[in-house]
Amino acid sequence: MTLLDQFQLILKTAGWPEWAVYLTPAIVGILIIIIFVLTVVIVFIWWERRLISRFQIRLGPNRCGPEGILQPIATAVKILLKEDIVPEKADKLIHFIAPIIVFVPILLIFAVVPFGEGAILVDLNVGIIYVIAISSISVIGIFMAAWGSGNKYSYISGMRSIAQMVSYEIPVVLSIVGIALVTGSFSMIKIVEAQSIPFILLQPLGFLIFFLGSLAEMNRSPFDLLEADSEIVAGYHIEYSGMKFAMFYLGEYGVALAYSGIITTLFLSGWQGPLLPPILWFIIKVMLVFSLIIWMRATLPRLRVDQLMSFAWKFLLPMAVINLVVVAVEVLVLPAGLQWVMVILNFGLAAVLILLWSKLFTLGGGRVEV
Amino acid sequence: MKFERYGTGIVKGMALTLKHLFRAPITVQYPDEKLNISRRTRGNELVWFPEKCTGCGTCTKACLQGNIILVTHRGEESKFIVDKFELDSGRCIFCGLCVESCPYNALAMGLSYECAKYSRKDLVLSKERLAVSNDHQPSAYYRPQFDDQLPDQSLLLYDRDKGGQKLKFLPLSKRKRGSGA
Repeated sequence: MTLLDQFQLILKTAGWPEWAVYLTPAIVGILIIIIFVLTVVIVFIWWERRLISRFQIRLGPNRCGPEGILQPIATAVKILLKEDIVPEKADKLIHFIAPIIVFVPILLIFAVVPFGEGAILVDLNVGIIYVIAISSISVIGIFMAAWGSGNKYSYISGMRSIAQMVSYEIPVVLSIVGIALVTGSFSMIKIVEAQSIPFILLQPLGFLIFFLGSLAEMNRSPFDLLEADSEIVAGYHIEYSGMKFAMFYLGEYGVALAYSGIITTLFLSGWQGPLLPPILWFIIKVMLVFSLIIWMRATLPRLRVDQLMSFAWKFLLPMAVINLVVVAVEVLVLPAGLQWVMVILNFGLAAVLILLWSKLFTLGGGRVEV
Repeated sequence: MKFERYGTGIVKGMALTLKHLFRAPITVQYPDEKLNISRRTRGNELVWFPEKCTGCGTCTKACLQGNIILVTHRGEESKFIVDKFELDSGRCIFCGLCVESCPYNALAMGLSYECAKYSRKDLVLSKERLAVSNDHQPSAYYRPQFDDQLPDQSLLLYDRDKGGQKLKFLPLSKRKRGSGA
């Protein structure tokens, strides 16, 4: 029973009318989620700028407020006060609704992210499928922004975006199926409760595939081809300014937060942890995942388009299929108590598969010197 | 056993950036932290020593811009007495030719570099402004006799003695900056 259900029950016993019993907890829950998301996004922007500057031996923003924590707020105020420019050749309507279509699905994802035991907006029995379905919608928004801007660079970005999203969706989904096989449920709460051993140990290959795939889905470096500043200026949001640009910016970090939360839920045993309260454990794990993403951004150069596609279709997809088959066999054959055997088996399998598959790549082709 | 092209480059790169995370940042936060510039810099605002100047006018002839205005009259023992020694640092190109040409070491380049002004009139330097004061020091450009009194140029140093962790640069106290000639 989630906290919202309990809230509903309290209202019902207090004798509220039926529509109010249904509506009030929903509105309160949505408000809490939106406030949480906006706050964490502000912290994320600050954290990314500070951390990446430390990776580059710089200081980063440290002037506004203590340690520069107010810098994102200053940036937001600056962006909101800017003039909203719509290009003459733009498709006005599509140009207008694109940022909304990018941003709203990202907020919708948070409906099924469990922040603690029972602290979830709605415990769908198809939670993770819902996430996949909803998060794909923002691709349409990105393509609309690219098309509606009437700019060459944003066209290129839109094309890249579609290719990238379609390719990376498949390995991501297949790696999630592996988890569903072990758990026996798509519900986010059940997935967290099933993790006495975190699934990152149980399915290292699945984690790798999901992590890299979701990096591509949220357009972070090294898969940030559709925003590649040095090639296509800013990609799909090249013709946006002011409030609409802020929506894209917010969406970019919102999706990073959403995917960090989902990775935490699926692979790092969600809110579970000793001593500290669940919500704190959740936030710590989310920050760890996001820091890993920043670390990769600070280190790895951007992939070429053909490298990106071949990485998805030649590396991640076959790996995901093999991983799925192996996990299915293990779940079928091994008795339930032998999870540690599964851990060792899967780590060995991951190492062997990655070594073997590196041979297939035309760039270099791995070799071992003894 | 040596693995090649199995993504080891990625691991190396990640390790390098992780190492950078624990280094002190090299950023110098300028208005708060200042570095000593080179002792022989050709800084803004020339320094003029009235007691050494004979009013010969060599510097005015050497100046490419025709920027130095020198007005003198005959005093006792028919020596020149300088009435007006003025230059516009807005027109000065800091070539240092006037300093090099001075036969009596009466001119030196300045050490300062923060000489933005709010109006163009302030850029014109009169006799009083050109004289040595606490915040108006000569640099050792073509005047090696000032070398000893000036602080060493502070370079960002990677301090290996302290575990390679801390970057140090010379502090900029008044004393270390040198109190001038």
